[in-house]
Amino acid sequence: MYDCTIIGCGITGAAAAYLLSHYSLRLLMLEAANDVANGSTKANSAILHAGFDPEPGSLMARANVRGVEMAAEICRRLDVPRLNCGALVLAFSPDDQHTIRELYARGLANGVPGLRLLSAQEARQSEPYLADTVTGALLAPSSSIVDPWEYALAMAETAVKNGLALGLGRAVRRIVRPDSPSGKDYFELTDSQGQSYQSRFVINAAGVHSDQVHAMIGGHNFHIHPVRGQYFLLDKNAGRTCSHTLFQCPTAAGKGVLVSPTVHGNLIIGPDAEAVADPDNTATTAEALEYVRRMALRSLNNIPFGENIRNFAGVRAQSDRPDFIVEASPQSSRFINLAGIKSPGLSAAPALAEMALDLLAQAGLPLKRRSDYDDSRRRTRFRYLTPAQQSELIAADPRYGHVVCRCETITEGEIVAALHGPIPPRSLDAVKRHCNAGSGRCQGSFCGPRIHEIIARELGLPYEAVTQNDAGSYIVTAPTKGTGSKGVTAC
Amino acid sequence: MLKTVKQLRDCYDVLIIGGGPAGLAAARAAWDGGARQVLIIERDSAPGGILNQCIHNGFGLHYFHEELTGPEYAGRCLDELADTEVELLLNTMVLSLDELPQEPGREALGGLLPEPVLATLNPDPLTGHPAHRVFAASPEWGSICLKSRAVILAMGCRERSRGAIRIPGTRPAGVLTAGAAQRYVNLEGWQIGRRVVILGSGDIGLIMARRLTLEGAKVLACVELMPYSSGLRRNLVQCLDDFGIPLLLSHTVTEIRGRRRVTGVTVCQVDTSRQPVAGTEQDFDCDTLLLSVGLLPENELTRAAHIPLDPRTRGAYVYENMETASAGVFACGNVAHVHDLVDYVSEESQRAGQAAAAYARGQGISGRAIPIQHGTGIGYTVPQSIHVDAAGTGQRDPAAAINLFFRVTRPQEHVSIALYDGDSCLKRWPRLRVAPGEMERLQLPPALLHGCGSGSLTLALEHAAPEEAGKND
Repeated sequence: MYDCTIIGCGITGAAAAYLLSHYSLRLLMLEAANDVANGSTKANSAILHAGFDPEPGSLMARANVRGVEMAAEICRRLDVPRLNCGALVLAFSPDDQHTIRELYARGLANGVPGLRLLSAQEARQSEPYLADTVTGALLAPSSSIVDPWEYALAMAETAVKNGLALGLGRAVRRIVRPDSPSGKDYFELTDSQGQSYQSRFVINAAGVHSDQVHAMIGGHNFHIHPVRGQYFLLDKNAGRTCSHTLFQCPTAAGKGVLVSPTVHGNLIIGPDAEAVADPDNTATTAEALEYVRRMALRSLNNIPFGENIRNFAGVRAQSDRPDFIVEASPQSSRFINLAGIKSPGLSAAPALAEMALDLLAQAGLPLKRRSDYDDSRRRTRFRYLTPAQQSELIAADPRYGHVVCRCETITEGEIVAALHGPIPPRSLDAVKRHCNAGSGRCQGSFCGPRIHEIIARELGLPYEAVTQNDAGSYIVTAPTKGTGSKGVTAC
Repeated sequence: MLKTVKQLRDCYDVLIIGGGPAGLAAARAAWDGGARQVLIIERDSAPGGILNQCIHNGFGLHYFHEELTGPEYAGRCLDELADTEVELLLNTMVLSLDELPQEPGREALGGLLPEPVLATLNPDPLTGHPAHRVFAASPEWGSICLKSRAVILAMGCRERSRGAIRIPGTRPAGVLTAGAAQRYVNLEGWQIGRRVVILGSGDIGLIMARRLTLEGAKVLACVELMPYSSGLRRNLVQCLDDFGIPLLLSHTVTEIRGRRRVTGVTVCQVDTSRQPVAGTEQDFDCDTLLLSVGLLPENELTRAAHIPLDPRTRGAYVYENMETASAGVFACGNVAHVHDLVDYVSEESQRAGQAAAAYARGQGISGRAIPIQHGTGIGYTVPQSIHVDAAGTGQRDPAAAINLFFRVTRPQEHVSIALYDGDSCLKRWPRLRVAPGEMERLQLPPALLHGCGSGSLTLALEHAAPEEAGKND
């Protein structure tokens, strides 16, 4: 019997797991994918928004401002890359000038610190490549960027280290309510592998699938209307094209696209917004990418799109309500929906989790703080160490002297450490998210086969069982002729 | 066999980054040129570079005058070093040249660590320049800083990946670069798919079409964006035609399908501006898409060391002795420009090795260097600049021809290559046929350039009457 089960380990579920794991509770988290942070959390703009955008008084506004305040502390404590780079909202017309004044006023009402309206000249001083057509800008110095998957991973890992049971590759298929004819006092959940769990409380953080999960207990008071957004990710050679996150004003022509540095030193450009029927449709399209490219070139004179290393798309869990949904289900006060978490969901996540805890407490979950909580988390990142520190590390473990991912300078030691971490990555893409190996300019063309071998070796998996990403994304089909049942070893 | 490093030295004569064919040939030439403290740094556990996974034949016809496989060619290069004292440092990744390694992103982790300050080096008495510094990491030696009078960049190239060509669609398993597939099949011993479409007709893609067919996979088509192939003609014949694999010119892949593993791709014809033509879509039911869409010289170290790069070759600007704009730093092989034949890599790298040895003993090349301008039809040249007066001054063997590699921008027939000094044509070389996929080479007699008057050399492609064009030499 679990006290609480969290469904979905994206940023929202991970934040809920992290906060809940501070209390003496038996916790379970079920995730459909074979790794954490594998949905919207891995495919977004990676911005911790300042909070000038949401409507004052909305849940979104409160959660955004509170969430980024919490994020600063969580990232510091859990060693998550976060950079306070600031943001500019660019104006190109008198209408835009009006919009940025509105955003300025909204930001003040939301309690966003340090906002300032800049002239075109002032804006250009901080961003030399701004397009000539920029007429002014709103500066939001508290806007930050973060590594979204490491942020989610760090919180989930810490929860696991403190006793949370995590089931990966386990989609929830069926939930029986406590007040059903069974007369039981707990939820009974059954996963895609046929295993059942009993839990007194449930948090639904299933992202684009949260309406389907809610429907399992007969809840139908919100629906998800997925919205896809597409991106470019440019090489680090282009990472200094701008130093702030550059937003455009929303207009009748669209919401505008952003250009931003990332915490790893790349440049990210996107997204568009397109309603899609299938919540898992993360395909990119030529038309949308062309739209993003054209829109981004309004902000900056010269974006080196020739340095593109990857395109991707994410699906935002937009609901049929304007605000975030943070509430107990009408079906049961012990079933908390954290749903419709579109942008600024990454910014708001810990605040939403905090609200969920209040709702759980109100519904009768006893929250007794633990005295033995361990939230130390330190990652070894070879590339950021001084030569003396590197030598010391290599002397202690020579695998840190073996650079496997040459584009990002990730060592075998770091990959092995990730594979033996609290949440072991089991695929090439998961290794990429957990320690950045394969995320660079060659996108794993060189290190992919080498990481493949390390995963198989360290996890004791057959070579052919290592996948690109989720179950079924097999990489190799069969041994070559004459090599018997196993592949020959590399010379 | 090469000597492995027992002890690191204070300062090397010539330090070579990369132990592939370029680095190995450069090492031999540096040794022959009198350098005695020569070190090759190789990131892999064995020398040979990408040749180790190229198990097909066709290597060595020019350089060793016999047909070899890739591993055999690498073995020959190693044999040639057997009677030298050249040392090899394996499993060692060079992180930076002349500057402390700077990986972006550290500022996102709570501020910068204090950087150690690099001591200023005194000028070397032989070269007149401070020694170059090479920062590297190795399991055996830790994080090291090696000094050398001359450095040779021989890091090779890497493949362009999906992002560089922006193919829309899903992102499933089964989309690989041809080189990654080659590693899986030839070194790891695993097949990577059963029904394969290949995008791009570069040589590795063509070789893999044949290799996968021999392993029992069905290669459905080789799709090429341009109206001509960028691969060697012999590979088109031996790898596609001989196996009945269709080559679709002026076509591209416009969509990748499949959530977990590739389930199919859409192929479209493209117009003259390389845009897909609506209504020409063909669907291929496949589980694998191989990308053979070009190679990029791997110049991250070069860029970080602020050595100027030529946007056309994507390698460093080099003189005829393969020296970059940074005195004492040389570049050769695929890091300087992508070659079609390893034989030419070896030859070019010998020049770099000789020149680096000369530099290390204080006989660097100097004098008037004239850049080569590109006339019509010329895509790039290597070298980009030539010291025209060096011959006969002791800096260069007066009899040695200057080697000029170049590529044309599009396929043409019955042309001549013309070299101009200002407005006057120094010489014309006839060619029956030229193509961007086949690198061209000219051997310039030193006397041709000596005293080049105008201060400007131009290489151009000109039409020639068929009877003048002669045959390729």
